[in-house]
Amino acid sequence: MNTVITMRIAMRALIRNKTRSLLTALGIIIGIAAVIAVVAVGQGASVTMQKQISSMGNNLVMIFPGSSRSGGFHGGMGTTQTLTADDGDAILRECPLVRAVSPLVRAGAQCIFRENNWATSILGVNVQYQDVRSWDIASGSFFTEADLRSASRVCVLGKTVATQLFQGDEPIGQTIRIKNMPFRVIGVMAVKGSAAWGQDQDDTIIAPWTTVRRVLQNSAFDNVNQLILSLASMEVLPQAKQEITGILRQRHRLSSGADDDFTITDMTEVTQMMTQVSRLMTLLLTVIASISLMVGGIGIMNIMLVAVSERTREIGLRLAVGARRRDILMQFLVEAVVLSGAGGLIGIAVGVSAANILAKINNWPVVISPGAVLLALGFSAGIGIFFGFYPAVRAARLNPIESLRRE
Amino acid sequence: MEEVDVPALNGVSLDIAAGEFVAIMGHSGSGKSTLLNLLGCLDQPDSGRYVLGGQEVAGLGPDDLAGIRNRKIGFVFQNFNLLPRTTALENVELPLYYGPPIRGAARRERARSLLVRLGLGDRLMHHPGQLSGGQQQRVAIARALVNHPPLILADEPTGNLDSKSADDIMALFQELNREGITLVMVTHEPDIARYAKRTITMKDGMIV
Ligand SMILES: Nc1ncnc2c1ncn2[C@@H]1O[C@H](COP(=O)(O)OP(=O)(O)OP(=O)(O)O)[C@@H](O)[C@H]1O
Ligand SMILES: [Mg+2]
Repeated sequence: MNTVITMRIAMRALIRNKTRSLLTALGIIIGIAAVIAVVAVGQGASVTMQKQISSMGNNLVMIFPGSSRSGGFHGGMGTTQTLTADDGDAILRECPLVRAVSPLVRAGAQCIFRENNWATSILGVNVQYQDVRSWDIASGSFFTEADLRSASRVCVLGKTVATQLFQGDEPIGQTIRIKNMPFRVIGVMAVKGSAAWGQDQDDTIIAPWTTVRRVLQNSAFDNVNQLILSLASMEVLPQAKQEITGILRQRHRLSSGADDDFTITDMTEVTQMMTQVSRLMTLLLTVIASISLMVGGIGIMNIMLVAVSERTREIGLRLAVGARRRDILMQFLVEAVVLSGAGGLIGIAVGVSAANILAKINNWPVVISPGAVLLALGFSAGIGIFFGFYPAVRAARLNPIESLRRE
Repeated sequence: MEEVDVPALNGVSLDIAAGEFVAIMGHSGSGKSTLLNLLGCLDQPDSGRYVLGGQEVAGLGPDDLAGIRNRKIGFVFQNFNLLPRTTALENVELPLYYGPPIRGAARRERARSLLVRLGLGDRLMHHPGQLSGGQQQRVAIARALVNHPPLILADEPTGNLDSKSADDIMALFQELNREGITLVMVTHEPDIARYAKRTITMKDGMIV
């Protein structure tokens, strides 16, 4: 008996008991949907995470003023005013493992262009900032060393700010007012997207740190909020940390017993934590999916046993007109596989929609790999074979006379 | 409880020649169905021999027996045994699925022409539930004939039919027999047995 006909018989038997078939397939549907959604969400999340982390910049290390040890965990970080732009220059000069350094001075301000108003953060940096963050300019140009030296009132807009203030008009060459002081827009940064913690990195204005410090903050001191630097590679991190510590301790004239008055952090902790969370999520959902598939498989076995007993007379008749045992075996096996396979297909559809909804809510890309879909389909068919085998064997072993006699 | 072997058939020796029309009679429990099942290769004797058309059957495996049933034997049952919710046409096609490969169109045509011949040309797409007892039995006979078997076995084929339908079925059997098909039929009714050319009576698992 050929497979096409066997499939048709199986389909017809399943359609005859629509509700029963659907309920039986539910376990498989839920299990496969969970698998598909988990894989899609997991991959989407990890792609986003990698993008966000790499959007921070290459091999990034941050140095904050203040000790991480004094006064409890991170208690002193950022509270003292010990870190200067000169420290950054010294690090770049003396530590060859450091590729680029920029100081960071933060200020919040209201910005105005004609009738448009936008509150945003102003980042005061140097010319290496672009390199450290691997952040391209979309149009216009970045400021220069000369701008830095003369603390000139120029700025580069993040994409969000450019959109909010100029609403589609050309910003370059225009003058905006920051804290009521005129600044010339010389460039617009490329889109960077949101950071790992969800903050919009494009909602910012970048200006020479000297300008931010002297003009916006009206300060004569050169201390900065943060140094941000990029290493040649992540492998040299421990050595770089050690060298930077030495340089800074010497520059800050700390005696050998004294605590550091700065804190060096990097992204590895954040990355590790995020990977761990996503791994845990995946594990949890995989367990749920496996249990659901298991239960679904047992449901299929159960309903196939019922079907065999309901159709004993039919089996007897088929045997009487010449069906061999393997014809009967195949008939019931195919029925189980069609049932679980259809459950798998529905599950894939449900899983893909669920992944899409989750991705939309979380602003992730939807990553549905064809491999995962094929695997899910193969797996559900496998469940059909595994759990359908015993009932099919029972059917094939039936005795024709006894089966025909059954009411 | 201990199982006791009760021989359903004992010392039966029977020759049926090709082209015969044999009726088997006897009291309930006398072993008629058991004998017919053996003749139909649905069952194997615990001991003894059965030669069908020159082929030794005793000792064959279940798949070989299935092949013999498919090619050489057509069954007609008292309760018709049609697949429910399946058209007359598809019921008749059923044995063809288990025989040598045949194209769908040819398969349907064979089933259709048989049903037309048995006067059911206008009932091809009816389900068993939409047919009378006599019509259902004729669908079952068409199914038994569809592989052109040389032997038809019928266990009380008229047991569930009124006398008019029963006579029609018997007339059909006689016609098939005239065409050379060997028929063996179990019946309780002497009126029905009269249609056969030869009657065998059984008692307690033996032929008397
Ligand atoms: N599966 C079985 N297990 C045990 N005994 C059986 C089995 N099938 C039949 N028998 C016994 O074999 C004997 C013959 O049974 P069989 O069915 O051949 O009778 P029958 O002549 O066809 O009767 P009826 O006219 O009622 O159909 C009976 O005594 C019956 O009890
Ligand atoms: Mg009987």
